[in-house]
Amino acid sequence: MTALLDIAELVKRFDVGNKRQLHAVDEVSFTIGRGETVGLVGESGCGKSTLVRLINRLLDPTAGSIRLGGTELADFKARTFAGNANRPRIQMVFQDAGDSLNPRYTAADAIADPIRRMKKMSGADLRRRVEQLADMTGLPRELLTRFPHQLSGGQKARVGIARAVAVEPELLILDEPTAALDVSVQVVILKLLQQLKRELGMSYLFVSHDLNVVRLLCDRVLVMYLGKIVEQGPAGELFADPKHPYTRALISAIPQAEPDKRVGRLRLPGEPRSPIDPDSTVCRFYGRCPRGEPRCSSEMPALRTLAPARQVACHFA
Amino acid sequence: MTAIPALAVEDLSVEFRTRSGTVKVLDHVGFHVGKGETVALVGESGSGKSVTAFAVMGILDPAGRVTSGSAMFGGSDLLTLSERDLAEQRGRELSMIFQNPRTALNPIRRVGQQIADVLVQHGGATRNDAPQAAVEMLKKVRIPDPERRAEAYPFELSGGMCQRIMIAIALACRPALLIADEPTTGLDVTTQAVIMDLIGELAHEAGMATIFITHDLALAAEYCDRIVVMHAGHVVESAPSHALFTQPRHPYSARLLAATPGETATLADLASIPGSLPDLRRPDLPACRYSGRCDRKVDDCVRPLPQRVVGDRHIVACWNPL
Amino acid sequence: MLSLLRHARYVMSENPVTGLAFALFAVFLLAAILGPLIAPYDPLQSNAAMALKPPSAAHWFGTDQLGRDIFSRVLVATRLDLTIAFASVVLAFLLGALSGVAAGYFGGWTDRVVGRLADTIMAFPLFVLAMGIVAALGNKVINIVIATAIINFPLYARVARAEANVRREAGFVEAARLSGNGEARVVLGHVLPNIMPIMMVQMSLTMGYAILNAAGLSFIGLGVRPPDAEWGIMVAEGANFIQSGEWWIALFPGATLMLAVFCFNLLGDGLRDIIDPRKRT
Repeated sequence: MTALLDIAELVKRFDVGNKRQLHAVDEVSFTIGRGETVGLVGESGCGKSTLVRLINRLLDPTAGSIRLGGTELADFKARTFAGNANRPRIQMVFQDAGDSLNPRYTAADAIADPIRRMKKMSGADLRRRVEQLADMTGLPRELLTRFPHQLSGGQKARVGIARAVAVEPELLILDEPTAALDVSVQVVILKLLQQLKRELGMSYLFVSHDLNVVRLLCDRVLVMYLGKIVEQGPAGELFADPKHPYTRALISAIPQAEPDKRVGRLRLPGEPRSPIDPDSTVCRFYGRCPRGEPRCSSEMPALRTLAPARQVACHFA
Repeated sequence: MTAIPALAVEDLSVEFRTRSGTVKVLDHVGFHVGKGETVALVGESGSGKSVTAFAVMGILDPAGRVTSGSAMFGGSDLLTLSERDLAEQRGRELSMIFQNPRTALNPIRRVGQQIADVLVQHGGATRNDAPQAAVEMLKKVRIPDPERRAEAYPFELSGGMCQRIMIAIALACRPALLIADEPTTGLDVTTQAVIMDLIGELAHEAGMATIFITHDLALAAEYCDRIVVMHAGHVVESAPSHALFTQPRHPYSARLLAATPGETATLADLASIPGSLPDLRRPDLPACRYSGRCDRKVDDCVRPLPQRVVGDRHIVACWNPL
Repeated sequence: MLSLLRHARYVMSENPVTGLAFALFAVFLLAAILGPLIAPYDPLQSNAAMALKPPSAAHWFGTDQLGRDIFSRVLVATRLDLTIAFASVVLAFLLGALSGVAAGYFGGWTDRVVGRLADTIMAFPLFVLAMGIVAALGNKVINIVIATAIINFPLYARVARAEANVRREAGFVEAARLSGNGEARVVLGHVLPNIMPIMMVQMSLTMGYAILNAAGLSFIGLGVRPPDAEWGIMVAEGANFIQSGEWWIALFPGATLMLAVFCFNLLGDGLRDIIDPRKRT
């Protein structure tokens, strides 16, 4: 599988005054192949949102490379990327569909906006394309003239998806697209996303903290903690046999109805370490990890390859 | 059930007056919570689960009206108590925690003071010993470095910590009943697990009854003794957690389960629930509000809902249960 | 467009006061447009013989010290006053709202510059500033408009800035960037439309204020000069005659002024209800 997206040593640091820096994303490297769905999981504050903003070019990296099918996107500045020819290639579906829709725009306006801006379509052609997208995402055509506050959660989600796929992106980032939806609507939307991926030949980066949903949809999963990727692997393997203690804690935390299945559980006490000026010789998970050996506080574990497509950043995996 | 339940809700109906008509949000809702028991109120949005809690606590929106029913708690009917009597009960015997902990706390008051406030108001503490008692509560909810944290403002704390503060406030006076309205929605899964464990332990230790409102069936199944499933203002099924999860008897409960991602399902195995909620403003609502979407509908379904006992503490409101 | 009109009708039926305000506004508008055509007398025509006559069948509002028909003068003045009001508000909006939105959205130096500009203007007692501007630029109507716009700048800029600041973090702003909207387009096409409802209320309130400002300035001899008909200057001239018992010279223009300001204030709320899509069910 040829890599569509190639992230190499991506770094983002924010100045927080007094010459201190917040290490939001710390030398992250991974790839997404064509037609692949890669999941990204991690706690709030782990740097997922920053990473996403770097990839979709709303934010400039401090260092590192973002290659999309051979084009180095880090060469372009975020401020002017909106007018760049590469803009349509990466799009995003937002977590809170309601918040991501302009309250003054009808559903049709919202879906038409990217097409107008990037495909320069207008008039009858534009209208036809918007209707086609509505049909594709299961949005009844009558709802196109409605405003966001007149639509249900599921309908808003569909508008957000229609808008995102309107310009036929190669990579679609899904930021918790079903977090705010009822479980029944979630099923419908997830199936829709699955279908669209096949029909339009996209790759997905699926960010979520609902691990059950990640397991359903993703081929591979990246686990992030305090700005670093701590584990990576095929979804099935990762869930069956997590190697990093944080991954184990994450999986343990999934609510389990069957009492017999509640084994080998790991509970994390406390809070994560501070991402401000972290010590580069200490493992980020040290202190919260059930296993804390001297080596952990003197040597930062590197992301090692254990098997093809399986990587872990832990001294003891 | 031979023991007197901590809370007994019977026949509760609530209406909301809106510009576009009267919405019959709850229709003859009834369930019991035993002493020391954890009961989950599970349902999708529009099911009425939060409204039930607000009605019991007496904090319904002014447009809402209780049109029938009772909520027996500690020997009196909460729904008929005066505002003053109810205010006395709240915080002392009856407590609630909410979603979005950071917004539920007073942003301009230190967290230690907020706990102390409750202790002084309802717990009989004096202004002098309240701060120390507040620090004790912080220790109880396992906040590290409690003396220092007591001086913090909510915005300085993470979501998980704020939720612990809310729990500390809610449990400060050792209430007999705690209502938790989606307390972990929006929190990370690891934080959720820890918070749910904490509530469970504290409840067990104090013999406190808990009502958990959630849309997450698996969460309810792991942490609660019993689950009450709600749909469009009706209680459709109530059963011990394990029984509901493995053998749901109401078609809606079964569908809800079939739509919940678990570990063995693939996307193709999941099924959504056909149809949608009925418009609760209609004057001609059917006796069973699920019948419009149900594939097991029979002629009996136009009759008022039964309460069929189908197992140990397992009740279904259905004429044609699975 | 059709749904907007339908919604407008709904808003007016819900709230009769809004309907009244719109009706009144329509009357003023008609008076402004048709005034000079339908005035019974030439507003500038003096007639010494008919001076200081009280209201009668021939002169509904009476005559002033030069024998001019007050009703005709009040009617014709509507055009001047409404023009001043509209123009001031539009200019204030262009200067203030656009700067404010840019300041709120971009922050940094834009915010600092706009902030300091607003502070400088607010440092002066506003009416004194208006007087100063008109005195410096000359006694012309256009200068009243400019002066009013300038003294309203801080208010518009602050409201716009606060609103833009809130919207800056909103999901739809990010989505707009992803959709290929450059920063200027995001500000003008996405953020600005969202603050319009509040700006509408602001603008209608300022319309009333603009007329009062113009009236105040002409009262002290700046801005509109005699013999032009303008409500404020008419009140000023009439003030001299109240003591001697000729109450009608000041009352009628004063009452019309009051009615106009009242109408504009009510209009603002109604306009916001119509324009804000969230009020639509």
